[in-house]
Amino acid sequence: MVGKLLSLEWKSFTRSASFGKSLGLKIFMIFIGAYFAVMFLFMGIGLYPILKDVYPDKDPLLKLNEFILAWLAFELIFRFFMQSLPVVQIKPLLLQNIKKHKVINFVLLKSLFSFYNILPILIYVPFAIVVTVRSNHSAVSMIAWAVSVLFFSFSVNYFNFLIKKKFAEDLKSFLPAIIFILALAGLEYFDVFPVSEKFGVFLNYVLEMPYLAILPVILSVLFFVWVRNTLKNKFYLDAGLKTKQKEVKSQEFEWLKRFGDVATFLQLDMKLIWRNKRPKSTVFLSFFFLLYGLLFFTNSVYEGMPVMFVFAGIFITGIFMINFGQFVPSWDAAYYQMIMSQNIPMRKYLASKAALISFSIVILTILSTPYAYFGWNILLIIFTCALYNLGVNVPLLMFTGSFNKKRIDLEKSPFMNYQGTGAAQWLVAIPLLAVPLGVFYLCYKVFSFNIGLLAIGVLGLIGIFLRNYLMDRITIQYKKNKYAMIHGYKQTGD
Amino acid sequence: MITATNLSKVYNGTKVLDIDHLEIPQGQNFGLVGNNGAGKTTFFSLLLDLIRPTSGNIFNQDITVNESEDWKTFTASFIDESFLIGYLTAEEYFYFVGELRNQNRADIDSFLMQFEEFFNGEIIGRKKYLRDLSKGNQKKVGIVAALIGEPKVVILDEPFANLDPTTQIRLKKIIKDLSEISGTTVLVSSHDLIHVTEVCERIVVLNKGIIVKDIKTSEATLKELETYFSGEQIPEEVKLSEEEQTEEPKVDNPE
Repeated sequence: MVGKLLSLEWKSFTRSASFGKSLGLKIFMIFIGAYFAVMFLFMGIGLYPILKDVYPDKDPLLKLNEFILAWLAFELIFRFFMQSLPVVQIKPLLLQNIKKHKVINFVLLKSLFSFYNILPILIYVPFAIVVTVRSNHSAVSMIAWAVSVLFFSFSVNYFNFLIKKKFAEDLKSFLPAIIFILALAGLEYFDVFPVSEKFGVFLNYVLEMPYLAILPVILSVLFFVWVRNTLKNKFYLDAGLKTKQKEVKSQEFEWLKRFGDVATFLQLDMKLIWRNKRPKSTVFLSFFFLLYGLLFFTNSVYEGMPVMFVFAGIFITGIFMINFGQFVPSWDAAYYQMIMSQNIPMRKYLASKAALISFSIVILTILSTPYAYFGWNILLIIFTCALYNLGVNVPLLMFTGSFNKKRIDLEKSPFMNYQGTGAAQWLVAIPLLAVPLGVFYLCYKVFSFNIGLLAIGVLGLIGIFLRNYLMDRITIQYKKNKYAMIHGYKQTGD
Repeated sequence: MITATNLSKVYNGTKVLDIDHLEIPQGQNFGLVGNNGAGKTTFFSLLLDLIRPTSGNIFNQDITVNESEDWKTFTASFIDESFLIGYLTAEEYFYFVGELRNQNRADIDSFLMQFEEFFNGEIIGRKKYLRDLSKGNQKKVGIVAALIGEPKVVILDEPFANLDPTTQIRLKKIIKDLSEISGTTVLVSSHDLIHVTEVCERIVVLNKGIIVKDIKTSEATLKELETYFSGEQIPEEVKLSEEEQTEEPKVDNPE
């Protein structure tokens, strides 16, 4: 039975939508996974010498023990935001001849093998080995130590689920726990009582009396049983498995009416953005990336390299354009058939998308005017880049959009989500960024900074003047690819 | 009027639709019946230019559907839930479709009044996104949205599936009135022989993409259809395979 469930699990992982179907994407995801694994491994190996450097007169292991509680608290926060309990996947199993407790046990045990639990192993185990080799702690104590911290980590794993399931609906019942944790953190922070240090004392005892490692194991088992019982009570369609529904308020974005015949679509796009997780997060991300410029404009390293400023300019003013625009029209994938058979001329539909993106560039440009603080040149760069984005990059993204054939689930988080990403998304980055940077760099080297900016600006202006012509060509392209797009968007599995 | 000539659609070497000639006059209540994979949805998708025909053409009021978009102004359809925009409320969806069909809010509000009974209080003012409605209620929204703006052609794929009995009965009346009162051409597909014989003046039976029956509905039609789809299917199949055998050289010859 467990074998069958495991094979289901493997399929759901390898066939999941956010994982993507293309080989390139798989390799990329594996690369990212391997990258983090290696980083943590190095951290595990390197932690001992680092601690020794920083605290030369203390035993690095005992010092680390003092920080473990803080680390676990951080882990809890991290897990809370990143890790999710895959309860919804249980639904198809409800009617099958499998005992409920078996399914729940499986789900909970399975979670131990998630990436988030493998990472701590990659730190603690190498660290324990290094300590055994380089200090006078015995192998037995280090094994006990590693078991303790690992099982603390697993306890956090289940505690996180508990928070998510038991307290998600009823935040009030969780309030005492939050206050308790905040109180502990407060005591620690204001040096009233060193909580983390006292917690470390326990781990020190484990080193002396290895059999104490049984306590964290018992703790994690207790959490396991608690979560299991909680889940068992919620193993009904109307309890834990139900996704929440909120009463919705109708907003009409009436002010968009002034945009004439594309207003209808702009209103729809605004609703698309505000009411769906993925596009909404994309917008928030855009505002966040406004600050990205600080990285460039404040750093003296880039002072002699205005080409990096151009990069920042394109990026800041065009971040929404890039994040949203690269998936046009996949945002409408779920109802693309309807869009295609309704009384919507393709040209108008595309014009509204272009208008929305252009609008975002204008907004982001206005919001980035405070960068004038770093000099008028910076402001000039930002304006010129905005011009280039408006003139060239908007039609460019609209054009590459016609090659989008991958559906997007609007309700999934955009983080680490590569659904909808195809070759077009990677290829478009080249002309999108490389062309303006290249043109600027060339003109800057051959002539001057001003000529460089002028060149990009002129390109942008040409694009703006040709907008109508370009949109006509793009419309033809969309019509040509229409059937392939409809077919692609129907593939829900990918 | 809708005309299909030499229409065929081939997927991976399998012909899923093959219609020599089919004409649906304006104002006809047209029913399409057939088992799964008979080609009903394929035909509707071709008519809506959602897939490209392998050969042949479909004309909607003399407009070749895959060459001009002009048919969109007078054609409305509901194929499945993918025609709904999940993150809108029902009202917002109606207003959106209304705007596409040059109807303002007041028009839509008064238009929706006549469907109050059909909606049964489960659609308007529920403050829910369409994606959170039940399948049946989603269908109600889709069907009514397809009637906005007095389209000349209405295409409904499996409109009766997922609806409760009361709503089915009300829908039958709506569809009948459409062609009788406003002269709309209504194309309906269904797995339910009783509904389709009650509603449609003409019924075409598709089997594996080929028109096997084209019946003007009468008292005897239901019996005839039931006979075709039930136990007597075995001789029917024998007959069909014979037909196929005799047809094959016919197909080969022109090529």
